[in-house]
Amino acid sequence: MFDYLISPFLEFAFMQRALMGCLAISVSAAPIGVFLMLRRMSLTGDAMAHAILPGAAVGFLVAGLSIEAMTIGGIVAGCLVAVLSGLVSRLTDVAEDASMAAFYLISLSVGVLIISVNGSQVDLLHVLFGSALALNNDALYLLAGICTVTLFALAILFRPLVVECMDSQFLQSVSRLSPLAHFSFLVLVVLNLVGGFNALGTLMSVGMMILPSASARYWVKGLDMLLVLSCLLAIISCYAGLLLSYHVGWPTSPSIILILGSFYVLSFLFGMNGSMMSKLSKPKHLSA
Amino acid sequence: MILECDNVTLGYELHPAVHHLSIQIERGTLMALVGPNGAGKTTLLKGFMGQVSPLEGSITLHDIQRSDIAYLPQLNQVDRSFPLSVQEMVSLGTWRETGAFGRLRKQHKQRVASALNQLGLSGFEKRLIGSLSGGQMQRVLFARLLVQEADLILLDEPFTGIDSRTTHDLMHLIESWHQSGKTIIAVLHDLDQVKNHFPHSLLLSREPIAYGATNDVLTKENWLKARQLNEAFDEHADHCGHD
Repeated sequence: MFDYLISPFLEFAFMQRALMGCLAISVSAAPIGVFLMLRRMSLTGDAMAHAILPGAAVGFLVAGLSIEAMTIGGIVAGCLVAVLSGLVSRLTDVAEDASMAAFYLISLSVGVLIISVNGSQVDLLHVLFGSALALNNDALYLLAGICTVTLFALAILFRPLVVECMDSQFLQSVSRLSPLAHFSFLVLVVLNLVGGFNALGTLMSVGMMILPSASARYWVKGLDMLLVLSCLLAIISCYAGLLLSYHVGWPTSPSIILILGSFYVLSFLFGMNGSMMSKLSKPKHLSA
Repeated sequence: MILECDNVTLGYELHPAVHHLSIQIERGTLMALVGPNGAGKTTLLKGFMGQVSPLEGSITLHDIQRSDIAYLPQLNQVDRSFPLSVQEMVSLGTWRETGAFGRLRKQHKQRVASALNQLGLSGFEKRLIGSLSGGQMQRVLFARLLVQEADLILLDEPFTGIDSRTTHDLMHLIESWHQSGKTIIAVLHDLDQVKNHFPHSLLLSREPIAYGATNDVLTKENWLKARQLNEAFDEHADHCGHD
């Protein structure tokens, strides 16, 4: 059992780096995912994941497979799409989800075009699916930095974010933090997606946000427990996913996301709150 | 005087939702804001709070800040599926003192407990807001207003979809606020309720129809005029030539 569960992380530095990187992104991205879900913006996270592609591609074109260049490019592209879609929806009659969809599709097509014309299929696969087992020091520092910034920002923005989600008119009546909370949150989403794409790839990193919170919702009700359980599920999935990848030889990021996906399936089947099982097994009603 | 509107026009994309309104509201007034649907009542409340800027004219607060205004949103504007407890929700009423980052002190917690008790919500502290009925949720929002201790209270349809018992209790609370000198402006649809409890009224139909003592405002002629104006909304109206 020790050989199976612990040894890979003691024997191989690349497994330690992968674990550290994935754990950093777990405790950072999972709380962001909780707020994405509560704000009914889960698909916005997916859209943003696609939107960072051209920035990463331009970074790749300029400096090759450089973490710094691709990260800066990804952050610029993601923030640009978030701000432009927000601006267009505020200055015109179109709702933000529609303008977000338009900008992310434009962004995605530009990204695929840049990589297809100038790179190879291997490069495209790296950006789309990441390489957790090849994380170097720079990538680890980046993930740790993003994790730190995210947790500090969430601690500071926690109350405005909660009120903006639940009763935005109240927030507008007591403070002018509503736009700041909204755009800061979008920047945090972009930061975590960019951090995540180094380890898990652009397409898979959004799974680290959405799946833990979607699963946790079936087990706990309060916001604090939702945040804790989401982080816990993300951490367990990273550990189990890395082991699965190591022992079976599967790619890392799909392994991690598949473990998270399994948690989600188990949760909607057997969870305590609103799962299929709880709906089927409930007595008709309680006494009055 | 606590609030003054001077030739105020509020609206969206040049369309006036409130057109050339000039009123002065005295401190301690209990006023109903009435009018047909789409008459600009909620927009006017948002104008008072500074959330909608006048297209023309000005809104002036006298001796109070925007942060001294407490606002009750329409019940359907609150996301009740959000996993927040009753106590956490009511504690938000301390925002003026704690701000976005401060922690709740002992006196804040006492104020929250007292508000919950006054609204008959003791024992509900840990309940999630999603598990409450409409009437209970409205009591929670009123408890939050109570904790805010604001000088000017704006209520947007406080009794819509609420049972008569809860309406009676909440109306009693509003009257006690009035007696303690607070200024209250409430958007209402029940004209009998307005006549029975609100000494002052503003009848609005995008344009102000009448303002003053409720019995003088809510006449059959004024109401007919309000309905006619409301139904005459012109999507392609010319630019306003009002002086």
